[in-house]
Amino acid sequence: MGSQTQTINEVKDIIDDKYKYGFVTDVETEKAPKGLNTDIVRFISAKKNEPEWLLDWRLKAFKRWLEMPEPKWARVNFPPIDYQDAFYYSAPKTMKDRPKSLDEVDPELLETYEKLGIPLKEQEVLAGVAVDAVFDSVSVATTFKKKLEEAGVIFGPISEALERCPDLVKKYLGTVVPMGDNKHACLNSAVFTDGSFVYIPPNVRCPMELSTYFRINERNTGQFERTLIIADQGSYVSYLEGCTAPMRDENQLHAAVVELVALDDAEIKYSTVQNWYPGDEKGRGGIYNFVTKRGACRGRNSKISWTQVETGSAITWKYPSCILQGDNSQGEFYSIAITNNLQQADTGTKMIHLGKNTTSRIISKGISAGQSNQTYRGLVRISAKAEKTRNFTQCDSLLIGERCGAHTIPYIESKSMSSLTEHEATTSRISEDQLFYLRQRGIPEEEAIALIVNGFCREVLQQLPMEFAVEAQKLVGISLEGSVG
Amino acid sequence: MLELKGLRVSVDGNEILKGIDLVINTGEVHAIMGPNGSGKSTLAYVLAGRSGYEVTGGRMIFQGDDLSELTPEQRAANGIFLAFQYPVEIPGVANATFLKEAMNAIRRQRGEDELDTMEFMKLLRLKTGNLGMSSEMLKRAVNVGFSGGEKKRNEILQMAILKPRLSILDETDSGLDIDALKIVSDGVNKLRSPDTSAVIITHYQRLLNHIVPDHVHVLAKGVIQKTGGKELAQELEKKGYAQYTEEAA
Repeated sequence: MGSQTQTINEVKDIIDDKYKYGFVTDVETEKAPKGLNTDIVRFISAKKNEPEWLLDWRLKAFKRWLEMPEPKWARVNFPPIDYQDAFYYSAPKTMKDRPKSLDEVDPELLETYEKLGIPLKEQEVLAGVAVDAVFDSVSVATTFKKKLEEAGVIFGPISEALERCPDLVKKYLGTVVPMGDNKHACLNSAVFTDGSFVYIPPNVRCPMELSTYFRINERNTGQFERTLIIADQGSYVSYLEGCTAPMRDENQLHAAVVELVALDDAEIKYSTVQNWYPGDEKGRGGIYNFVTKRGACRGRNSKISWTQVETGSAITWKYPSCILQGDNSQGEFYSIAITNNLQQADTGTKMIHLGKNTTSRIISKGISAGQSNQTYRGLVRISAKAEKTRNFTQCDSLLIGERCGAHTIPYIESKSMSSLTEHEATTSRISEDQLFYLRQRGIPEEEAIALIVNGFCREVLQQLPMEFAVEAQKLVGISLEGSVG
Repeated sequence: MLELKGLRVSVDGNEILKGIDLVINTGEVHAIMGPNGSGKSTLAYVLAGRSGYEVTGGRMIFQGDDLSELTPEQRAANGIFLAFQYPVEIPGVANATFLKEAMNAIRRQRGEDELDTMEFMKLLRLKTGNLGMSSEMLKRAVNVGFSGGEKKRNEILQMAILKPRLSILDETDSGLDIDALKIVSDGVNKLRSPDTSAVIITHYQRLLNHIVPDHVHVLAKGVIQKTGGKELAQELEKKGYAQYTEEAA
């Protein structure tokens, strides 16, 4: 069965239940009291048995957060967030004593991931992908640990890394995204719960794809994961991230921070398929996805490549960026953002060229449908010392229907005379001619739109690891369900 | 197979077809000829179900079904194929993918099993070879960067894959050089069978040297002015359309 066919079948399956990941798992949870104050910060830190320095760091971040203004420059609208009306820590009770192996994990949790299409039992998992499963505030399981350890790769929850390799965490945490970077990142620094930690030793090519699957389950709970990936000299890793949440009427906050560090000759490929609950067709509910992702190409000849497929969330505020410090380093950003109904997305990237001969490439494909609005916001900054750097940016927007909007806001700041930047942008609609042509060949309208949109996104879809590309292609069809007619 | 009774069609409130009567039996090839603006392409589009082409009177019966009640994709599944005068580009979608989606969409609507990629590619290579086309064309995005001739050949390839009951060729000869014209008409002739019918819409007689029609109709001013055998096409070639446009005025 072709991927297109699968898309359509799935679109049909979800006519009554448009967001198929919208179920709730009934597990007993242990939560911190509602609200946010220094006691809550201490509570979280104590739950994770953290060292003193980290608690101090969190408290410092909390203090700064109180004084920081909300970022207002993005083209998104939402009522003020009541930070006191949410829970900042929620963990399944069965996770109190951390399970030693998958056999000890609560079957209810394993079943949740199975329903999401992420089986955690190793014999059932696609060979070649190791998964860290994060449920609300804790990591519930990490697969293929043994195989990774043999290669010297450290992969697992960041709370565990703090016990196993505290020095590495301390050395890099907050060095790419400083705690005071922006209000959302600052909040994360104060209350971050679980997230993944990855360390690839020198000259190791990670033997499998690493993947973290984030799931928000509890009502009124924010998710504040923190991911830190370090690729030591000459190493390579490909990391994938997926996210879903139940359908709820209230908005839930997801304020994550992701930091990547690539040393000399190292390469990190980071792919995201973001499918948080987008809210219903009237704009009720959905996740506020306020995420700070940044990679530092610290070493010479290093490379960081971001690929994102953003289809979910009520509001997306996200700019995966690269700081190109090392000479000859490369940054890439490939993005597909799809908004439907009343979704809002303000997303893009920053490429900061500091080293000589650095190159960056930005390919952004935005698809707006329904009454949604989206903005590509990008910054290419070339410092005076960054000689002979190059940037290529291409932003294409596709509009479906008459009531949606697409905006492209590229900033280019170049202080280097020997550098070259190129920017191309297009906005188009799915034409009546294209739809009629495909329908005349027997392809029904929604399938025809999915086919045209998949074609429009092809350059980006090709960047995804294969297992994800198929899922992403299906998502494209599902996200646009009901966008015509 | 197809019966049109007093068919009247308006576009943007202007009546273009003013009462067309036409019967096409199984196995027949009909040519519809006429000057520019006579409503030839309108006839093709209304049969295929393009939006904006409003049926204001009369009926279109295809194999017992009233076509007005069917969506374009249902008409395609019932066996109507339109070879476009201007084939449309679909960037990023490989020709082979498009053909497979189309074929399986039709099979699904007919309640038939879908072909898997292996079976489909085998069929596709066979048909491509039969039409003397290179398989390189299958990897390229649908019609993107195709020459005029390649686009028209691509239409014939689609026709060969989808095996329609009724093919409507809308000015397929326009923009073709003599070699391409021959390749395209050979393709159409190969698909001719006692079970299928075709409507060839053309301005010129030259395509009809290659695809010999059973009946020729002259369409002008929104009605069929004259019907005859293949010799009528030759007569038109000599005398032009002037007599029909003037007489009808």
